[in-house]
Amino acid sequence: MKKTLFALAASAAVMLSAGAAQADGHAKTKACFIYIGPTGDFGWTYQHDEGRKAVEAKFGDKVETAYLENVPESAEAQRPIEAFARSGCNIIFTTSFNYMDPTNKAAAKYPDVKFEHATGYKREHPNVSTYSSKFYQGRYVQGQIAAKMSKTGVAGYIASFPIPEVVRGINSFILGAQSVNPDFKLKVVWVSTWFDPPKEADAAKALIDQGVDILTQHTDSTAAMQVAAERGIKAFGQASDMIKFGPKTQLTAIIDDWAPYYIERVKAVMDGTWKQQDVWHGMDHGSVAMAPYTNMPDDVAAMAKKTEESIRDGSFEPFTGPVMKQDGTVWLKDGEKADIGTMLGMNFYVKGVDDKLPQ
Amino acid sequence: MDVWISIILSVCAASTPLLLAATGELVVERSGVLNLGVEGMMIMGAVAGFATAQVTGNPYIGALVAIGAGALFSLLFAFLTLTLVANQVATGLALTILGIGLSGMIGEGFVGQPGIRMEGLNIPFLSDLPIVGQLFFGQDLIFYVSIALVFGVSWFLFKTRAGLTLRSVGDNHTSAHALGINVIKVRYLAVLFGGACAGLAGAHLSLVYVPQWVEGMTAGRGWIALALVVFASWRPGRVLIGAYLFGAVTIGQFHAQAIGIAIPAQFLTSLPYIATIVVLVLIARNRRMTMLNTPASLGQSFVPDR
Repeated sequence: MKKTLFALAASAAVMLSAGAAQADGHAKTKACFIYIGPTGDFGWTYQHDEGRKAVEAKFGDKVETAYLENVPESAEAQRPIEAFARSGCNIIFTTSFNYMDPTNKAAAKYPDVKFEHATGYKREHPNVSTYSSKFYQGRYVQGQIAAKMSKTGVAGYIASFPIPEVVRGINSFILGAQSVNPDFKLKVVWVSTWFDPPKEADAAKALIDQGVDILTQHTDSTAAMQVAAERGIKAFGQASDMIKFGPKTQLTAIIDDWAPYYIERVKAVMDGTWKQQDVWHGMDHGSVAMAPYTNMPDDVAAMAKKTEESIRDGSFEPFTGPVMKQDGTVWLKDGEKADIGTMLGMNFYVKGVDDKLPQ
Repeated sequence: MDVWISIILSVCAASTPLLLAATGELVVERSGVLNLGVEGMMIMGAVAGFATAQVTGNPYIGALVAIGAGALFSLLFAFLTLTLVANQVATGLALTILGIGLSGMIGEGFVGQPGIRMEGLNIPFLSDLPIVGQLFFGQDLIFYVSIALVFGVSWFLFKTRAGLTLRSVGDNHTSAHALGINVIKVRYLAVLFGGACAGLAGAHLSLVYVPQWVEGMTAGRGWIALALVVFASWRPGRVLIGAYLFGAVTIGQFHAQAIGIAIPAQFLTSLPYIATIVVLVLIARNRRMTMLNTPASLGQSFVPDR
């Protein structure tokens, strides 16, 4: 047993040293990234890494970047984050929801380092900012397309964890679908992981066997797209354009574009103008983009484009009343818009979701 | 009825990689070697199989190369632990870490490429039979290999002289050595076999299950395979049951969710693991059975001239 512990300790040390490299003086600005998955997931982490590469391309010699992949979403995340802080990173982007507490704890210890936490809401120290994108705007467009394209009137949603970010996406999707077909139903399967291709494939197969003919997902791999292609139904890509995995399958995809934000924030550190903030950009800032509308009739694509445009120019917002909660009570009255607090902490389903929200 | 067949096929797909890797590891442990590097060998198989299939355009060549890659990778483990007498637990863990890292590096150029699926068999007439056709004659070749392997290993271990030799090495390497058995050679072969099986399991993931390569795509299945060996108390038949039980619970819980059964999703997703723990506890309580089947020399190094 002692030997096992030793081996574990040794492996942990190896992982740490990867992050603790280069503690030399830094005339360069060093931007560091903590990733939940591998950079090659072709989804969430891939897009963040594209943002990192954009920072490198933009600033060239003036900047140095580093990243750590597969960092677990637990208290364990604190060590690599702090290792980064010690190694001379000027700004650290922690790119998953549950890095929230470790990020804030590290921020308390290293007040000179700037921390940027993606998709969270805690800013306990002046050197922590939070940022996210309004992905749900894209979900609404997807919902409309799904309702037009589905023959069974039921779509399947592969969900990761019941956090507000995911719940918001599910609600937005069903609202979009119901704007086209009021009786549209949505089946949700929780896989309790962000990244496990075989498991995501299993969930996709189960949903298809249960009669859904449109798939969408809030997990990070392209597995569900492949299953949908194999079974001959339609699906939506997630986080990046997955058209290669389903040339005849993908209807569209929500593309996360983090590059503008990362460039802006690294520049702020260089200029000494970095300030704490909380941003939530959407289609208007280009941080949420839609992949080309494919595999659908022209009228459906036209409808989707129109909705996308109206969200982008601000004339339409998906969470606008009348909206009922799942239990039938009124959430938003006619014309009422959701307040940002409820949006960020969303922990309930709207009407039409065929699932019980895990609490 | 179609739904049920589809569900059973999903269960087969989910269970096959576990079954393959666990069967291989069972033989390794029966020879007295504990190789915790299953995850690493599996993922090496996955990347090698995928890369080869992409380059040659043939998933079967990919699977063969995956077998070779798994075996080759296990050779490293065998050399370190059997020849250099390094600690098996530490070496196994290192093998897993190395495999995950190395496969990521090798596979970097293949990320984001849709793979070539190893299609199911298509035997004229037989594959088209109602109900049984798809199950018995229409699945991918690796599935049939995995089933044949369990029975083959069972026969080998308990009905052949070579199998007896292997078990004797695992149970008491000193006595086996005294009887003139080349302990190290037997263990080398067992470790290579385990590596080959893990490699094929990886190929199933990247060529059949989800035809793509992404870093870390084994996502802990190697560890589940390791648990299955203990779960099965080192009996091949029980590995088969265990792997399929695990696969069935995994698939079943997704269906339960999709139907809308009011059980918390977190509980359902943890069900396969809970089931494993429960069985492990039950086995541990039955001391006699544990004693009877556990290879007594498991994890112990052997130096012939001592």
